[in-house]
Amino acid sequence: MQTTALNFKANVTKALGNANLRQSLKRVETNWVSRRAEAAARLPEFEALRDQARDIKNHVLAHLDVYLERFEQNVIANGGQVHWCKTPREARETILALCRTVDAKTATKGKSMIAEEIALNPFLSENGVEPVETDLGEYIIQLADEPPSHIVGPAIHKTKEEVSDLFLEHHRKYGQERRITDDQELVAEARKYLRQRYFDADVGITGANLLVAETGSSVIVTNEGNGDLTQTLPKMHIVLASLEKVVPTLEDAMTILRVLARSATGQEFSVYTTFSTGPRRAADLDGPGEYHVVLLDNGRSSMLGTELQDLLRCIRCGACMNHCPVYQSVGGHAYGWVYPGPIGAALDPHFLGIEEAQHLPNASTFCGRCEEVCPMRIPLPKIMRHWREQAFSSDVTPPLQRIGLGLWAWFAKRPALYRLGARLGIGVLGRLGRGRGSFSSLPLAGGWTKGRDLPAPAGRIFQDLWKARGGDAS
Amino acid sequence: MSTARDHILGQIGRSLGRPALADDVRTAAEQRVAAHRRNLVPQRAQKPHAEQINLFAHWAEAHMATAQRVPANAAIPAAVADYLAQHNLPTEIRAAPHPDLDALPWHERPLLTVKRGVAEITDQVSLTPAFAGVAETGTLVLHSGAETPTTLNLVPDNHIVVLRASQIVGSYEDMWDRLREKFGERVMPRTVNFITGPSRTGDIEQKMILGAHGPRRLHILIVDDGAA
Repeated sequence: MQTTALNFKANVTKALGNANLRQSLKRVETNWVSRRAEAAARLPEFEALRDQARDIKNHVLAHLDVYLERFEQNVIANGGQVHWCKTPREARETILALCRTVDAKTATKGKSMIAEEIALNPFLSENGVEPVETDLGEYIIQLADEPPSHIVGPAIHKTKEEVSDLFLEHHRKYGQERRITDDQELVAEARKYLRQRYFDADVGITGANLLVAETGSSVIVTNEGNGDLTQTLPKMHIVLASLEKVVPTLEDAMTILRVLARSATGQEFSVYTTFSTGPRRAADLDGPGEYHVVLLDNGRSSMLGTELQDLLRCIRCGACMNHCPVYQSVGGHAYGWVYPGPIGAALDPHFLGIEEAQHLPNASTFCGRCEEVCPMRIPLPKIMRHWREQAFSSDVTPPLQRIGLGLWAWFAKRPALYRLGARLGIGVLGRLGRGRGSFSSLPLAGGWTKGRDLPAPAGRIFQDLWKARGGDAS
Repeated sequence: MSTARDHILGQIGRSLGRPALADDVRTAAEQRVAAHRRNLVPQRAQKPHAEQINLFAHWAEAHMATAQRVPANAAIPAAVADYLAQHNLPTEIRAAPHPDLDALPWHERPLLTVKRGVAEITDQVSLTPAFAGVAETGTLVLHSGAETPTTLNLVPDNHIVVLRASQIVGSYEDMWDRLREKFGERVMPRTVNFITGPSRTGDIEQKMILGAHGPRRLHILIVDDGAA
């Protein structure tokens, strides 16, 4: 996917002006946020399960090489193959080469963020293999030629009206002439046209929520069943997964699955959770004849042992973005790359470089809700702070901002001086603003006052007010 | 290919500050896999069996499936025929080629056509056995095999599942133990489907709509086989 992360500020301005988007984003809060809270409340062990899920992944990361080795052995023992790929390019070329071994014309696809990460669709199209997205949300944005705006609900930014228009435009080729506006009918229509495509596809490509070392299985989780039709009907099933998806045992997989759906959509369990192991067996009546796992590194092996290692625990539930006040205001496209929201702000700089992604770690109020709800307890604000420091120390931060931060730091390290300066500034502002109680414009605060008034300060700094109440100054 | 593999495994070792694939690390991992110890299992999954059956039905219905208690195998054809009539469905089903289903008294329902085999794109109703039912979330578990093709779980619009009461277990972990008992340690059928309610999507304005790609209706016949 082409990055526009460097244009974050312009992207945000555009997003804030989009009324449809604001409507759509409101639904994230009313649906996913409250449903997650309800699901967590229904399961008394939820917090303890989060701890265990975190511990499992930490254990895996410390033993990643040996679990991957074990996973590979078991894939091979079951008649499948593992293809190790260092870079997105290697992964794309491996998948294309596999498609060519069966003369594939079309490949159906389940939802996969790794496929977005390696920009698989355009590459397959350019090389004569038509990718057919089957997840309804992915199908919608494929028709619209847009990237996903959320890692769980890729088309949450689209309104029903927009879907109606897209379907009318793209289903004409099937003889569809009527513009459909009923949501049940829209779903039925996508189902009808995609059905034949499942049966016609030569290759089915899915992602993986988990890989199980014990058995050599890959696991996908969906609500629609599209990932299952995708992998069951064609001759070949290709699984596209990144290294850190591996877990030791089936039991470990279940602990993580118990927190995944609850964190993502507030469901007790997703409708379809499927364990796939090798190709169809000799006596099986259906299933793919070939099973390939394309294992992508893309720099993840270098994240181990660094400040970024904790990010490799992520199970892509989307809870961090659902709960993020910044994401809730601007949506996913503003972030400009594959992973939006807090996880994107922490992860994208690793893939894009801090220069390109410099604004993303700042796209946070540090309110901490992301870390609070992350089922894997990833310290997202801490990692964003790490990237802010990187940006500062590697001269990516613009000069004026650097001078400002340097000045502030100088004062902040001298508390007496800082208090004096603060007393002076607050005192003056407090007196100036006493009449109206707020400022509609103020030098150096244009960014704030452009859209709203700045409340006038009380005239005395907190420490003084506190002391006046008899509070302990230390 | 092997160079990428070596490179990646080597980098993992370097990042972790130890030799890649070190013997002691491998031994620790292998012991963990061999033991496949249970992690925390929620209380709700550890009830007596009679309560599990109710819990299974409760959660299956909460997930928009329908569950019906059936007194014995012999009553299945009638239950299937009634279900089809109730939903105005064609009197033709595609059944898994499974001996348990073959043995049912289908002749008592002469108007019902029972075809066997994998699902075809035109099939409207499928009938399959289940491997297990997991009470903690009302989840069915079905696996692939010569007698249980996976397409039957996914392609037809209506999926009817026969689940014996004795196949209902409390937790996912209980289910894995039974699967290991049946196939052996570390052996998996090609596909193990966990199915929790009928197919759905929330991809248009986050409104839940049933029947996205998989079955729109999921009906579970819980057959009393003296287990509770």
